[in-house]
Amino acid sequence: MNEMTPPKAERAAALKGLGTSRRRVEDVRFTQGKGNYIDDVNLPGMLFGDFVRSPYAHARVKSINPEAALAHPGVLAVLTAKDLEPLNLHWMPTLAGDKQMVLADGKVLFQGQEVAFVVATDRYAAADGVDLVEVEYEELPVLVDPMKAELPDAPVLREDIADAKEGAHGPRRHPNHIFTWEQGDKDATEAVLAEADVVAEEMVYYHRTHPCPLETCGCVASMDKVNGKLTLWGTFQAPHVVRTVASLLSGIAEHNIRVISPDIGGGFGNKVGVYPGYVCSIVASIVTGKPVKWVEDRMENLMSTAFARDYWMTGRIAATKDGKITGLWCHTTADHGAFDACADPTKFPAGFMNICTGSYDIQTAYLAVDGIYTNKAPGGVAYRCSFRVTEAAYFIERMIEVLAIKLGMDSAELRAKNFIKKEQFPYRSALGWEYDSGDYHTAWEKALKAVDYEGLRKKQAEQLEAFKRGETRKLMGIGLTHFTEIVGAGPVKNCDILGMGMFDSCEIRIHPTGSAIARLGTISQGQGHATTFAQILATETGIPADDITVEEGDTDTAPYGLGTYGSRSTPVAGAATAMAGRKIRAKAQMIAAYLLEVHDDDVEWDVDRFAVKGAPERFKTMKEIAYAAYNQAIPGVEPGLEAVSYYDPPNMTYPFGAYICVLDIDVDTGTADIRQFYALDDCGTRINPLIIEGQVHGGLTEALAIAMGQEIAYDEIGNVKTGTLMDFFLPTAWETPNYITDFTETPSPHHPIGAKGVGESPNVGGVPCFSNAVNDAFRAFGLTHTHMPHDHWRIWKTANQLGLHD
Amino acid sequence: MGKVHVKMTVNGQEMETLAEPRELLIHVLREQFGMKGPHIGCETSHCGACTIDMDGKSVKACTVFAVQAESADITTIEGIGTPDNLHVLQAMFREHHGLQCGYCTPGMITRAYRLLQENPDPTEEEVRFGMAGNLCRCTGYQNIVKAIMAAAAEMNAAKEAAQ
Repeated sequence: MNEMTPPKAERAAALKGLGTSRRRVEDVRFTQGKGNYIDDVNLPGMLFGDFVRSPYAHARVKSINPEAALAHPGVLAVLTAKDLEPLNLHWMPTLAGDKQMVLADGKVLFQGQEVAFVVATDRYAAADGVDLVEVEYEELPVLVDPMKAELPDAPVLREDIADAKEGAHGPRRHPNHIFTWEQGDKDATEAVLAEADVVAEEMVYYHRTHPCPLETCGCVASMDKVNGKLTLWGTFQAPHVVRTVASLLSGIAEHNIRVISPDIGGGFGNKVGVYPGYVCSIVASIVTGKPVKWVEDRMENLMSTAFARDYWMTGRIAATKDGKITGLWCHTTADHGAFDACADPTKFPAGFMNICTGSYDIQTAYLAVDGIYTNKAPGGVAYRCSFRVTEAAYFIERMIEVLAIKLGMDSAELRAKNFIKKEQFPYRSALGWEYDSGDYHTAWEKALKAVDYEGLRKKQAEQLEAFKRGETRKLMGIGLTHFTEIVGAGPVKNCDILGMGMFDSCEIRIHPTGSAIARLGTISQGQGHATTFAQILATETGIPADDITVEEGDTDTAPYGLGTYGSRSTPVAGAATAMAGRKIRAKAQMIAAYLLEVHDDDVEWDVDRFAVKGAPERFKTMKEIAYAAYNQAIPGVEPGLEAVSYYDPPNMTYPFGAYICVLDIDVDTGTADIRQFYALDDCGTRINPLIIEGQVHGGLTEALAIAMGQEIAYDEIGNVKTGTLMDFFLPTAWETPNYITDFTETPSPHHPIGAKGVGESPNVGGVPCFSNAVNDAFRAFGLTHTHMPHDHWRIWKTANQLGLHD
Repeated sequence: MGKVHVKMTVNGQEMETLAEPRELLIHVLREQFGMKGPHIGCETSHCGACTIDMDGKSVKACTVFAVQAESADITTIEGIGTPDNLHVLQAMFREHHGLQCGYCTPGMITRAYRLLQENPDPTEEEVRFGMAGNLCRCTGYQNIVKAIMAAAAEMNAAKEAAQ
């Protein structure tokens, strides 16, 4: 080795590549208040749009009178469905193959629905205009309970498709029925259930909630009539898809549309959908010739854009006497609201709910999901989740507990007995997935040991005895969860959004001085892509991460991609990044060989350089190679050093984890204090441990919110009861516990760097873990299952029903 | 609606403008004075993204009229540190990964800036209680608390060294 050459490890560390807890590059501007979020986008002459919204959940719109609004100073226009109809924009397609009103077309179907769009010179004048629009409604009977959707006296919600016998996902049996989706073997599962030693049954409701990012949704549309170009800034988790949809809807050629996602203040699924605000802003900009901004307020966000969950899951789980699970049956009633606007890959109307066999080797299973219309907001997005995986994980992890009670078994033991074994991977599940890799037993044992599980059970028993003696009013609950996720959608052969295959992309340009810019089809909303994708490239190309700029979100510069949601950025765009890096390296190898005057095969990669095999003192660094790519004529090699990769993943990735929660319930106040929370995550190869830990903390806190109090609730006439942050629970620093994080590392065999994605795991695993702990606290008093959210009132009620206040 | 003249000191600079009496301080700060650091998250004073420092107190600028800030002395995130001379809190938030999407961060740091003046050596519990008016959806607070505790320790050490 050349004396001047630092050792391998030192050179590798200087790259800040894979596995480094690199501090985030984004934070420099964010900590100084220099982010650029949608409401920070201001253009000269910009107008503001604001919605007139329906106060009713179901009503006919008899008339809309904008005269008083139009007479108000500053109000320039009031758009209604009548104005949009000639453009065929009064309705728009949804991501789920349905259509949705942009503005109320004859009737309204949920409280908060968009009725008219007021455009004014500033936000105050727009709000005045909203107050002055006169709308006459005729109330109609309201359908809130999906279980009553097909009763004889149920009101018909969607008159536009009342007679359609076929929907986007097959036959419809009732005007309020959207689809039935079946997976697995119904007859075989029913046969197993009929013959089983033990069958446990439960109805598990995963309540409606909302992703509620701190920044609401919004956009700025600017139609430049001189050049015929539309620029649309917005809170878009999938900017390229928005561009294509905008082109198809508006008729503006796609090359004349530029979509820009600036910094996004959290997404969690809320910013995947296409909302009426975007369409109305575009139309308003075309009509007025001026830029138009629309940013929803918090109440509008909670009432109208993208709810999550609302799955009524009835399960039956069969097992032998000694606890070997033999079959799983699930029927789900899925409340999709007024329009089916679920954000799922086209062929999966209930997302990846068929991952509901979880971490367990269950040979026979059947799942049926019925989608139902109700007078509630549309949405059904994956709130920090990969397309209904949270629902699936909650379902199976509750069913395991219910079965353990029926068997009189410890649920930790029941889980271990039924885990898919390490040697069974790749594992084909009864509901059709091929799990890529896993080592569940190792993770499980590590978790149980870390918390001293046996010791915890002893303490719990002692506390229970003390409770019975009247020495304490607190019950201890231990929640266990072992979840398996399915993320990284997905293979183009079976995953698409509006026909666009769910590949993703990365384009790299190496500059002559050896630094680089990489652009991706994804868009960070806090995940730290600018930091982590540079780390992947640093390891692949030998260029220090600090010398690599990562850019996303501008469709004029970034390669086409399907965006960031469903933990797909690392599995898909991360793979594209590694592959593009490898293309750079392959070309660099040819250049290095030429410079070193040896054959291509006679040089080998060494961290940040190519060296002659057997003569490591003869080398060319990536910096030297990059310069040569631009300043030398190399025979048979094009000038420059750039690469692009479009990656179609061969399979999903399957992160997993083992979580344990210990809490104390005060039976008199209904409060639950988290005593301890241990989270072991296995996300395959770890890119940045610091960021992984941060993702786990954040996801667990969202899980805490959902499990312990957060919900979108409606009264019997469809009024939203949780429309502000006073009613909609977001935990503060005060009620959020500290978490202990841990890991195992089982790389994905098909991903170029073995990474699986982690952002959503803590939400997927956290919710059942908190809920299992609450249920477990009451197990000794005969409770099998109680529904989330476990707020103080519901916990108190459970204690009361169990006679603990007598 | 008629406009009135308002003036205030923002980050050490005299600023004045015409504002409607109903105009919120957050809108004037962001749209007229160009201080885009404080953000709008709820407009009901629950989330704290708009937190500023006004006359020595943490204030949520989304529920204050601009006219109520007449003659006030205001500090926003833009006035807490400079690119060449970051405030310890800004450095510690980065060091301890106390932010993700960054939307709550200006409010968080501005609140912590006042908290550490109210209580220069807080316990973890006091930090958690003192920060409970600022919501974060990404971090789960653990690293925010860690960053603030680390900043307090560093500021106290610097103070001791100076004595």
